[in-house]
Amino acid sequence: MNWGSASEFFAMGGYGFYVWGSFGVTAAALLIETLLVRKRFGDTRRLLRRELAADRESQD
Amino acid sequence: MSQPLINWFKFASPASFYPLAGKLWPWFAALATAFAAAGLWISFFVAPTDFQQGEGYRIIFIHVPASWMSMFIYCVMAFWSAIGIGFNTRLSGMMSSALAPTGALFAFLSLWTGALWGKPMWGAWWVWDARLTSELILLFLYLGYIALTAAIDDPRRADKAGAIVSLVGVINVPIIYFSVKWWNTLHQGASVSMTKAPTMAATMLWGMLLMALAFWMYSIAVALYRVRAIILERERHATWVAELPEMQR
Repeated sequence: MNWGSASEFFAMGGYGFYVWGSFGVTAAALLIETLLVRKRFGDTRRLLRRELAADRESQD
Repeated sequence: MSQPLINWFKFASPASFYPLAGKLWPWFAALATAFAAAGLWISFFVAPTDFQQGEGYRIIFIHVPASWMSMFIYCVMAFWSAIGIGFNTRLSGMMSSALAPTGALFAFLSLWTGALWGKPMWGAWWVWDARLTSELILLFLYLGYIALTAAIDDPRRADKAGAIVSLVGVINVPIIYFSVKWWNTLHQGASVSMTKAPTMAATMLWGMLLMALAFWMYSIAVALYRVRAIILERERHATWVAELPEMQR
């Protein structure tokens, strides 16, 4: 174990800004990409469902 | 001739790849989470403090895997582009365009974490060094691919144009990789052959490998998810799309 306390862990031996800036932005970027991909899929599916429903409606 | 176990050509059709990708992505997402948990544990709690760089060196655990992924994804895009040009399969272009945003993201993260590492260690966020410049060119190649394919309305023509960009641009990947050998650079040499005390090298290597596996699994999961959206967008008028269970009332 490298850390005596939580504050020591967050300080990263004085490199806190650089280390957390790297890990934080990476985590945020991957999270945002995941949400954007889910949204893209969901939007496309919703649009197609609506189009197909309208097609069925006009055929009935 | 013996019957192959799996008929690979069957999955070259979007109609059969769409449900397969839907079944596969949750497994890759789960693996990514597991590898990331193990990798982060080693990065922060197992790997000891570096004798020269203190705690600042811990950026290596995402910087190196992100750089590897940015180069690897570009090679996979070039592979799909070659398949697309050679066999004229529709799915290959969709795979390339599903990978490009993730590859661009990892190229950006490589440069971002590199800047945050360079500032405390070299005293500069950025230098026009061979390694850094060729990685920046890789980011521009990804952005160029995305912009070019987005600018062409016909998806099949967009795939062709994009395939040429990725096949020409792939020459940059070995340039990035060997840049630290070919030119006199500020960037350190290859990470995996670092000459540190043996136990130190082992835990660092494990941390990097686990994080690389996590990024790898993440990339597969997110690309499979994105390719499903692309398939729906492009095949919207196909009968098989209308017959999907998720399209019913």
